[in-house]
Amino acid sequence: MAETQNKIDYSKTKPIIHRKDLRWWNKAYIPQILRGMTVTIAQIFRPKFTRQYPEEKWDPPASFRGRPVLVEEKNGVERCVACGLCARVCPALAIEVQGSESEYWKERYPVKFEINMLRCIYCGFCEEVCPEEAIVMSQDFELTFTRQQDAIFGKDKLLIPAEKLKERLEFLRANR
Amino acid sequence: MELLVTVIKIAAVLGIMLGAVAYIVLAERRIAAAIQNRIGPNRVGWQGLLQPFADVLKLVMKEDIVPKKANKFIHDLAPVVSISVALTAFAVVPFGDHINLWGYDVRLQIANVNVGILYILALTSLGVYGVTLSGWSSNNKYSLLGGMRSSAQMISYEISMGLSLIGVIMVTGSLQLDQIVRAQEGWKWNILLQPVGFITFFVASFAETNRLPFDLPEAEPELVGGYHTEYSGLKFGLFYLTEYAGLLTSSAIITTLYLGGWQVPFIHNFGLSDFWIAIIQVLGFCVKVLGLVLFYIVIRWTIPRFRYDQLMNLGWKVMLPLAIVNLFATGVVMLLL
Repeated sequence: MAETQNKIDYSKTKPIIHRKDLRWWNKAYIPQILRGMTVTIAQIFRPKFTRQYPEEKWDPPASFRGRPVLVEEKNGVERCVACGLCARVCPALAIEVQGSESEYWKERYPVKFEINMLRCIYCGFCEEVCPEEAIVMSQDFELTFTRQQDAIFGKDKLLIPAEKLKERLEFLRANR
Repeated sequence: MELLVTVIKIAAVLGIMLGAVAYIVLAERRIAAAIQNRIGPNRVGWQGLLQPFADVLKLVMKEDIVPKKANKFIHDLAPVVSISVALTAFAVVPFGDHINLWGYDVRLQIANVNVGILYILALTSLGVYGVTLSGWSSNNKYSLLGGMRSSAQMISYEISMGLSLIGVIMVTGSLQLDQIVRAQEGWKWNILLQPVGFITFFVASFAETNRLPFDLPEAEPELVGGYHTEYSGLKFGLFYLTEYAGLLTSSAIITTLYLGGWQVPFIHNFGLSDFWIAIIQVLGFCVKVLGLVLFYIVIRWTIPRFRYDQLMNLGWKVMLPLAIVNLFATGVVMLLL
C-alpha cells in the first residue's frame, strides 16, 4: 500500500518549460545568424584583455602573497630572532632555522635560515605567526629554477631591506 | 608541352593552396582570438606570421602513436584518403579565363572535365570515407561515434546539396564548371538567380566540411576529439590540413557555382589589355574565395553546435523540402519565360 502511495505517475506530470513566443522570422535562423554575426564582429574592435607578459609586467597589490622574505633593518641586521615559530607553523615544512647568540641587543640571530621554494605553498602562515614582523610575503612572483639546489634560498637571497617592503609592512599593520 | 603546362599548373595550384591553408589556420586563430577579446598567436615572426611553420614543425617532430588494437593499415590510410580528396576537388575549379603567357594560351583551370559538378559531388562524398574509416579503425568508442555521426550527417546533407546544384545546372544549362562561370557574365550571378538554392547549398557545405555549427564528428566537449581522438603527429596534422583545405575548396566551389567564379562585372568597360583583364579576374576569384573563408570563420565563432536531432531535423525537414521547392520553382519559371 505504501509503495503505491509513494509512486508518482509521471505520465500525468508535465514539466514546466517557459518558451518564448517566437514568430516564424525568429525561427528562420538566417536573420538571427546575421544579427549574431554583427555581435561577434563588433567584439573584434573592442579592447583586448591579454597582457603581453614578459614585456608588460604585472604590479601586484600590497595584499599579494609572493615569495616570503626576511626583513633587513637599516643597519644591515635582520629582524629575525630565530625563535623558530615560522618553521614550526609551516605546513609544507619548507623553512629551516638555526639560531645562535649574538652581541647585539636582540641577543639572538639566525645562523642559517633556509626556505625551500619548491616546498613553499605561499600560505603566509610564517608571516602571520612571526612575533617580530621579520618574515613577510613580498610581491616577487617570478621564480624559476633549473636545478633543485637553486630552489633552496639562503639568507643571502632572503634578506631584503625594510624600505623595499614598506608597502607590505604597512598593509600588515593596517589589517592585523 | 600540354603535359608540362598541366604539371606546372598543378604544382602552382597545390603550392598556393597549401600556403593559403597555412595562413587560413593563422587567420582563424587570430580572428577567434579577436572575437574573444584576446590577441592570439603574435610571437613567431612579425604578428605571428611564421606561426603555421612552427606548428607544422611541432607536428612533424611529434611521436606517431597508434592504439594497440587499431587496424594499422586503415588507421594509416584514413588521413591520406581525407587529404587527397580535399586537395583533388580543386582540380576542376576554374580560377581564371585564358591567359597568354610568352605566346602560349594557358587555360586557368587544371582539368576542364565536362561533368565537373558530378566530379565534385563524387569527391566530396568520398571525403566522408576518411572520417568514417579513421573512426572505425581507431578502436575507440568516441572515434567510432564521430565517424558514425559523420556518415549520417553527410547522407542527410548530400541530398539537399545535390538538389540545389540541379537548380544551377538548369539555369546555366551545363555540367561543366567553365561553362557555368561563363553563363554568369556581368551581374547574372547564380546567387541572384537562385537565392534559395544558394542558402541550401551553403548550409550543406558547412555540414560537408565538418565546420561549426555542424562539427558533430569532432564535437570536442562530448566526443573528446571525435574521429581524430587517436591520431597524433603528422597524421593528425593531415586531418587538420584536410579541414582547412576542405574549407578553401568548398569556398572555391561556392564561388564558382553561385558567385560568378572569376567574373568581375564591367571589367571590359575600362579598355584594359587581355592580359591584365585575366590577372584582375584571377584576383577577383581570390577575393571572393577569401571573403567566403572569412565568413566561414566568423560563423564558426558565432553559432553554437547543433544537437544531433536538430541537425537531422534541419537536414531532412527544412533543407530537403526547401531544395525541392526551389527546384520546382526554377522549373516553373523557366517554362513560363
